[in-house]
Amino acid sequence: MTTSDHTYADKAAEAAVRATPEPVARRLRSLSDKAIAWLFIAPTIVLLLAINIFPLFWAVYLSFTNYRANRPNAVVQNVGLGNYSRVLNDPDIWASMQTTAHFVFWTILLQTVIGFGLAYLIDRKFRGHAFWTTLILIPMMLSPAVVGNFWRFLYEPQIGLFAYAVSFLTGIPTSEIQMLGNVHLAPWAIIIVDTWMWTPYVMLICLAGLRSIPDYIYEAAEVDRASNWRQFWSITVPMALPFIMLAVLFRGIENFKMFDMVNLLTGGGPGSTTEVASIALKRDAFEAWATGRSSAFAIVLFVAVFGLANIYVKALNRVKQR
Amino acid sequence: MSAANSAHSVVEPGAASKRIAATLVILYAVITLVPLVWIFLTSIKSPPDSISYPPKILFTPSLEGYCNLFTTRTRQTPEYIAALPEPDGICDAVTRKRNMVIAGPSNFLPRFANSLIIAFGSTFLAVGLGTLAAYGFSRFKVPLADDLLFFILSTRMMPPIAVAIPIYLMYRQLGLSDTAIGMMLLYTAVNVSLAVWLLKGFIDEIPREYEEAAMIDGYSRLQAFRKVVLPQATTGIAATAIFCLIFAWNEYAFASLLTSGSAQTAPPFIPTIIGEGGQDWPAVAAGTTIFLVPILVFTILLRKQLLRGITFGAVRK
Repeated sequence: MTTSDHTYADKAAEAAVRATPEPVARRLRSLSDKAIAWLFIAPTIVLLLAINIFPLFWAVYLSFTNYRANRPNAVVQNVGLGNYSRVLNDPDIWASMQTTAHFVFWTILLQTVIGFGLAYLIDRKFRGHAFWTTLILIPMMLSPAVVGNFWRFLYEPQIGLFAYAVSFLTGIPTSEIQMLGNVHLAPWAIIIVDTWMWTPYVMLICLAGLRSIPDYIYEAAEVDRASNWRQFWSITVPMALPFIMLAVLFRGIENFKMFDMVNLLTGGGPGSTTEVASIALKRDAFEAWATGRSSAFAIVLFVAVFGLANIYVKALNRVKQR
Repeated sequence: MSAANSAHSVVEPGAASKRIAATLVILYAVITLVPLVWIFLTSIKSPPDSISYPPKILFTPSLEGYCNLFTTRTRQTPEYIAALPEPDGICDAVTRKRNMVIAGPSNFLPRFANSLIIAFGSTFLAVGLGTLAAYGFSRFKVPLADDLLFFILSTRMMPPIAVAIPIYLMYRQLGLSDTAIGMMLLYTAVNVSLAVWLLKGFIDEIPREYEEAAMIDGYSRLQAFRKVVLPQATTGIAATAIFCLIFAWNEYAFASLLTSGSAQTAPPFIPTIIGEGGQDWPAVAAGTTIFLVPILVFTILLRKQLLRGITFGAVRK
């Protein structure tokens, strides 16, 4: 397919050059490098300006108004910083930030410990490790929404496989394993699915970190008769640290934004026990239709994630340079 | 590799530690795959089998889930069904056993087609734009290049819901709400940042000398780009395309907020499949299976490039 396309495109290009008056053709052929650079980069920048930056500025503008998207014809009033003070003083919004923080903390902790552990084990290079690694990687490529939705079935207390397995192992009756309906268990139900899905991601990055450690360092440590324990804490962990931190950064940003899995598993419930920031934002924007206030909330979230990520990247660079 | 790291090497793990490592990793892999195997098993169970307790591992396979996925059905009296002519195909027969008749096709196929169109369209655009921009950043001195690249990346940090509010309003103004074009543009904008970062890495790895030699032979810059750089970057472009495709295929947040009908993709549709008396789990599992199989294939094809893709090219190995 490609070869015929190429020749066709080439012929068309030649025909176009032949048909173009000489000065224009020369100008085309001798486009300066600078012109080509801008010609190549501009479309991407224009697209991002139109679909990302323009809406962002629009959201900033809306965040100072009382606009409501379900009443497009109402008079829009400037409310100054009113929306921001309301967002920052709203206990419900702070509660959602706290829920997000708990979610991010526990998922990252679990994924880093399990992911690094797995990477360390895979790095023992046992026979068939490449095959098993590929199998382990599968969950992270799948759609969090579609797979998360199926976990609702696994979590069903009366018929689900999860409740059955837990009850089989522990003897707790299945009717008490209300993973999605119990206020204490629901946050963990989400943490479990997220950990199931994204541990391979952390594992893969950690594995790259472990493989980047040159053998001669271990050989030198062996000559110095450093114990395995000592080697692990003085060589393996510090040298893999930039990679672990990179994995934490990516997972942190992703889970700060978490929406799809929570929306499908619990929808923020029961009550508002699993209402992470994105869910609270969606309710405010697309159910309460408080467009102005939710825009302010969105800007606060964006500034928070952007600011935290920047501080973190600075720390990461310092660790890398060590 | 194994020959070089002979058993005498001090850094080669011992046989016992390898055996323990293998056991634990295989145990993890098996446990982690149970939910996926369960999706497939549920898709070939009959509805009563799917909700029996304890969960059934051995059962008579049934195509009812797949039949229900593709059809809508209405309940009829046994007398009405008995009076019908011979059933036409397996699904017809399965449906009649439940005292129902097929009323028509379900929305699954159109939703699945939307997913295909939007995912492939946005991937094509994102990779096309991304290749050009990546070449620009890789080969030319662009003023503020680092700032522009960071700007491109930072667009990915915004929570999708935060972006969705103004996009929703903008699309309503432009008449792009619930259209495939609108979703394609949106996914292109999200994916182009990934495409630029990944492809810049791949193009950086192609020696400049190739193009320079071609240009000395009389090629223009554009010809050198087309005939020298593009063929060299094929693997990178293909890997990037698959990553973009997977993102667009899996995306849920934008799709659930910005589409409702004609442009709805499969991820927001699959959770809404219900039968009589609640969620029709075999049908949901059937839809999930069909939806996941392409990703499974791509993941296995991509396994060597996976690390690079998920870290935006930050880790190349």
